[in-house]
Amino acid sequence: MSYLARRLLTFPLVMLGVSILVFVAIRLVPGDAITAMLGTEAGLLTPAQRTALSAYFGIDKPILVQYWSWLLGVLQGDLGISVIHGKPALTIILERFPLTLQLALMSMCVALLVGLPAGVFAATRNEKMSDLAVRIFAMIGQSTPNFVVGLLIIYALSAGFGILPTMGEFTPLFTDPLRNLGQMILPAITLGFAFAASVTRISRSAMLDVLSDDYVRTARSKGVPKRSVIWRHALPNALIPVVTLSGVEFGYLLGGAVLVEQIYALPGLGRLVLEAILQRDYALVQGCVLFIAFNFMVVNLLVDLAYVTLDPRIRLGEGN
Amino acid sequence: MGRHLSTKLLSGLALAVAIGATAIASPASAASLKMAWKQDATGLDPHKQTAFSSIRLLELIYEPLVRFDKDLQIVPAVAASWEFAADAKQITFKLNPNAKFQDGKPVTAADVKASFERLLDEKTAAAARANFLSIASIETPDQATVVFKLSQPDVPLLTAMASINAAIVPAAEIAAGTIGTKALGSGPFKLDKWEPNSKETLSVNKDWAGGKVAIDGIDISVLPDETAILAALRTKQVDFALINDPLVATLVPKEASLVLNRTPVLAYHVLQMNPSRKPMDVLAVRQAISCAIDRKDVLDTASVGEGKVTGPLTMPGYTSDASALFCYKQDIAKAKKLMADAGFANGFTATVIAANGEPATAAAEAQVLQSQLAEIGVKLNIKMMELNVYVDAWLKGDFDMAVALNGGRADPYSMYNRYWTKTGNLQKVANYIDDTLDSLMQKGRVETDPAKRKVIFADFEKHLAEVSPWVWLYTSYSYTAQQKNVQGFVPTPEGSLFGLSKVTLQ
Repeated sequence: MSYLARRLLTFPLVMLGVSILVFVAIRLVPGDAITAMLGTEAGLLTPAQRTALSAYFGIDKPILVQYWSWLLGVLQGDLGISVIHGKPALTIILERFPLTLQLALMSMCVALLVGLPAGVFAATRNEKMSDLAVRIFAMIGQSTPNFVVGLLIIYALSAGFGILPTMGEFTPLFTDPLRNLGQMILPAITLGFAFAASVTRISRSAMLDVLSDDYVRTARSKGVPKRSVIWRHALPNALIPVVTLSGVEFGYLLGGAVLVEQIYALPGLGRLVLEAILQRDYALVQGCVLFIAFNFMVVNLLVDLAYVTLDPRIRLGEGN
Repeated sequence: MGRHLSTKLLSGLALAVAIGATAIASPASAASLKMAWKQDATGLDPHKQTAFSSIRLLELIYEPLVRFDKDLQIVPAVAASWEFAADAKQITFKLNPNAKFQDGKPVTAADVKASFERLLDEKTAAAARANFLSIASIETPDQATVVFKLSQPDVPLLTAMASINAAIVPAAEIAAGTIGTKALGSGPFKLDKWEPNSKETLSVNKDWAGGKVAIDGIDISVLPDETAILAALRTKQVDFALINDPLVATLVPKEASLVLNRTPVLAYHVLQMNPSRKPMDVLAVRQAISCAIDRKDVLDTASVGEGKVTGPLTMPGYTSDASALFCYKQDIAKAKKLMADAGFANGFTATVIAANGEPATAAAEAQVLQSQLAEIGVKLNIKMMELNVYVDAWLKGDFDMAVALNGGRADPYSMYNRYWTKTGNLQKVANYIDDTLDSLMQKGRVETDPAKRKVIFADFEKHLAEVSPWVWLYTSYSYTAQQKNVQGFVPTPEGSLFGLSKVTLQ
């Protein structure tokens, strides 16, 4: 059986495991949809009122019965209805996903456009002052939480220049691309900042390894120009760890960037899942987590397939 | 190559900022108010929603029979006038003949009756039902008159009726089962669009009986971070905003173009003890804790002094001089003596629970209390919890002590009957009751003379502070911030946004 087919076969099993975990976990946490809606006023409810509300939220039946009926729905593409939004969970998730995907792609672009050249540059200037400067910058980038970067950007722009991207009313990319990019560029920079720092560090160390390889020495001794040695001979071979890192990071980003979405008030998947958890919107939490897990698996599979393209020596699924 | 790269990078960033700048919102369209808040409504059923954030939205759309003005006096809403019978066992309302729902249909006595019957029906699962249990029957002698017959005298009923939880909804919508999915009230604004946790669009209800509204509508954005709300105010993206965090509020007056509205509210910050647990079951221990706490220091440290030290009664007309209450001036020597008398000279260990960010000052309050109580040997362990987890523990009474921000009411009985009466729904949270508290509450409930009620509740407050099941700390402010061109907003001690119906944009 091909590698791809075997990997695809594991998907349903992983999804089943994830579905059980999320279903149980959200119900094990103290506090339910009733206390989430009413707060301390829930203490004023009579037993009959509590029963009526439990039925409304669908939490009146035993957990196994709840899980089974939800699972049957999922198998038919129905992730349940969100009680807060009054809409199918899948509809809401699909409404929010394009923003999250765009933000992930844009921040990855920022990270690669900044991180990769910086890493290569630092590797070629190994142990010189400029290398040290890049490494310090990368260290700062990696250790600064992205909400700090976001708040600093917002403060600096609003207090210093009196400008700020439109917040609170998101414009989709295809409705008004310029306005959309205006709203997305700062969150992408905020998210890409730490990511760029990681890319810088990984690409620097991978390049250092590759640059000391025999074939690079051979290329140099043949008189291949320095730029060509670095970008054409060395870089492609130094990319594998960068792809691994980017794949994992991209998978996380597809799960939504909670803090950045909160700060810039972007209606993405991260905020959706956070609000769903806080309001104990069970169908939405379960739907979001399943969706995120699925994306993560797809991205990981694509990363594995990318290895083969980058390094023809790698044969997937033929190990051991 | 290095220089080349930096140039490219810089130009890229410059472009990004340029794009960001092009996206700046132009000032709000002439007559629509752009508003921002951190927390969105969680539902549209006025009878069921109890969250502050939901009430703020719903009171723009729906109306109760009566409402509070800025001094917490009861003024007309759907009802034009009302009258209590001498024995306080009957209350009669005359409806405003001009009151109309947003679909143009008049508000009738039948709508009022249907609304209260829905509220009282256990299947509705309205938490506020507990405040209306004295209603025995509702009569509608004509289209514009509603008579509530009560099973016992219930003076505070009228103030309970001023809550949006007692909103009048169309009888037809109740029959159709659309309350909660469709918002159709008689208030100053219509809800045109709601995207939960994202935005609301409201337009003016031209049929509103309360008068002409000067703005065309309100566009509400949910901005979950209050620093971002401040930035949006600064850049004029937003005309008006709600602020919860006192630290952010104190930054508003530093902006020349902004005005901060700061109004004392009824809600109170409190350290709740659990007298069903040892050693808080001992009066002297509770009193020692009350004496050991410097309330002003808690206020100054946790809330940058934004508030006022309070006794149990926080509503205008009933508040007394807090310094005259038991141990409202910190007295460590007395506290130590009380601890020694109770057999706890060496102190004890207890856990205090608090909710993350609810209120914003919760963690800081717990820390200040921890350091103050250490002075009498009480070792407090702080347990911070997610709000819902905290509420669950709080409702079960599963704590030694709890830092809380509890909601206030305009009437002392409505505010405290849940805790300090023998049949209170939240007795299992308060875990303390005595005959004095219970009888004073019952007396206050039936007394119709305001002067006599004041005396009764002053005694209640004095006794409550003395037996110290809880340590009342301070009341804070509600904050709204607005651009200088927004005028006419009148805040209320309830934190109501109903004042937006009187706002003009200059």
